[in-house]
Amino acid sequence: MNGVNGTLRWLGALVTNGVWRLGFAARFFALLLVYSGQSLRRVHLTIREIYFSGVLSLLIIVVSGLFVGMVLGLQGYETLQRFGSGDALGVLVALSLVRELGPVVAALLFASRAGSAVTAEIGLMKTTEQLKAMDMMAVNPIARVAAPRFWGGVISMPLLAGIFSAMGVFGGWLIGVVFIGVDEGAFWAQMQSAVDFRYDVLNGIIKSVVFGIAVSLIAVFEGYDCTPTAEGVSRAITRTVVSSALAILALDFVLTSFMFRGQS
Amino acid sequence: MRFYCCRSSVLRSQSDTPLVVLKDVRFAYGEREILRGIDLSVRRGQVVGIMGGSGCGKTTLLRLIGGQLRAGAGVVSVAGHDLSKLRRRELYGLRRRMGMLFQFGALFTDMTVFDNVAFPLREHTDLPPELVRDLVLMKLNAVGLRGAEALTPAELSGGMARRVALARAVALDPMLIMYDEPFAGLDPISLGVIGQLIRRLNDALGASSIMVTHDVHESLQIVDYVYFVSDGRIVAQGTPDEIRASRDAFVHQFVHAEADGPVPFHYPAPPLAQSLLGEGRP
Repeated sequence: MNGVNGTLRWLGALVTNGVWRLGFAARFFALLLVYSGQSLRRVHLTIREIYFSGVLSLLIIVVSGLFVGMVLGLQGYETLQRFGSGDALGVLVALSLVRELGPVVAALLFASRAGSAVTAEIGLMKTTEQLKAMDMMAVNPIARVAAPRFWGGVISMPLLAGIFSAMGVFGGWLIGVVFIGVDEGAFWAQMQSAVDFRYDVLNGIIKSVVFGIAVSLIAVFEGYDCTPTAEGVSRAITRTVVSSALAILALDFVLTSFMFRGQS
Repeated sequence: MRFYCCRSSVLRSQSDTPLVVLKDVRFAYGEREILRGIDLSVRRGQVVGIMGGSGCGKTTLLRLIGGQLRAGAGVVSVAGHDLSKLRRRELYGLRRRMGMLFQFGALFTDMTVFDNVAFPLREHTDLPPELVRDLVLMKLNAVGLRGAEALTPAELSGGMARRVALARAVALDPMLIMYDEPFAGLDPISLGVIGQLIRRLNDALGASSIMVTHDVHESLQIVDYVYFVSDGRIVAQGTPDEIRASRDAFVHQFVHAEADGPVPFHYPAPPLAQSLLGEGRP
């Protein structure tokens, strides 16, 4: 009986804590939006964060995009040629990347590379009392520290996803056309006719914006809310990466189910 | 030359209206009571020391005065404003006239020394960059670190970081400067330098200062008045001379660094014999 009580109590505490944290995160998000005006007016703060989150993530995005595209080229051709549709390789590579792999894989990489860095930076600022010092200087830390990092991430994410997809298409072309010998005209022409801007590209961009908001919010919130100790910061970074990955995959399913239902 | 010998009595007698007043203040973290029945006042031009052992509620007291925490009961008033009645915007307005030195400086690690000191000026004023530069160099000169303007906080020693933080705290010429353990972890030379600066800057700016510390000997040389806090209450107060001459058991133990007294050496525990014989062993 005691065991059952204990389990129920543990489960109750887990749910209550989860709801509390969700409430804090929602309140934090509202404050972030309220104070965003101040930080966006001082555009150099946001540009600096776009550099740290976006530009410094370029290498991993470009290299990963290239390899994912090359793998798609190899796997896609191997399957398509069984049905005599090797020329449709361009369509397969482009649609896979623009609709799914571009936004999702770029967001996962972004969460690991930039999200964790943002959490660590804000968490260490909290640990070393820099946020308190700022608050004592009558400078709101949410407006000065959190909001520029949040918007830097939201702006960077779709751009990185776009670069990831472009590199992927290049990788697919490299394998398909240059190495395997798929007809170049068919590769590009089929891609051009099958990929619709509004239905495929725009929906992909919407996905990456939503992922950008989710990852950036999780990263700044976890940093801001962490326990101000070395262990607290390390736990916050782990939570950022894990929660971001789960949020990206869950949101991707929800968005895909709304966006793509078999129409052409 | 010991700068803190040359106190400005003119500035201190400027006004007898207290700048900071705490009346019957109580504060608790949940069920745990940290402060109770605190009555304290700081007059304009004064340097006031708040002393006591670690964990007695000194830093909490400073946070209440800075408006970072709200008192559970009683009144905390700064420059005539009851902090519990201020909205965030009004509190920020008041904080622009306050400076605070954190225990380890709390310098922004992604900025140089120059940018750290310029931070409050850039955030709160529209001064042209040339003027900001001149003001920052003057503040850095006052703490003797004009030549370190291009260094980053990682390149500074503990004492230097504390001096930069001091320059940043006084960048906007505040009316009230608060110091949280300004002497913690410093070598004797740095300790003396920080002590001099606290007194000199207070007098030069015509400000008031509140210094939370447990460094008795350095503090008694520079403060005008001292409050002793123990177990969440003010247990003694007076001028440095009165404190030195005090026969109060707690003050005597604290000033003379005695291991045992009203603050016991042993953490509460059953008698040693009882523990050794195994009674009450967990």
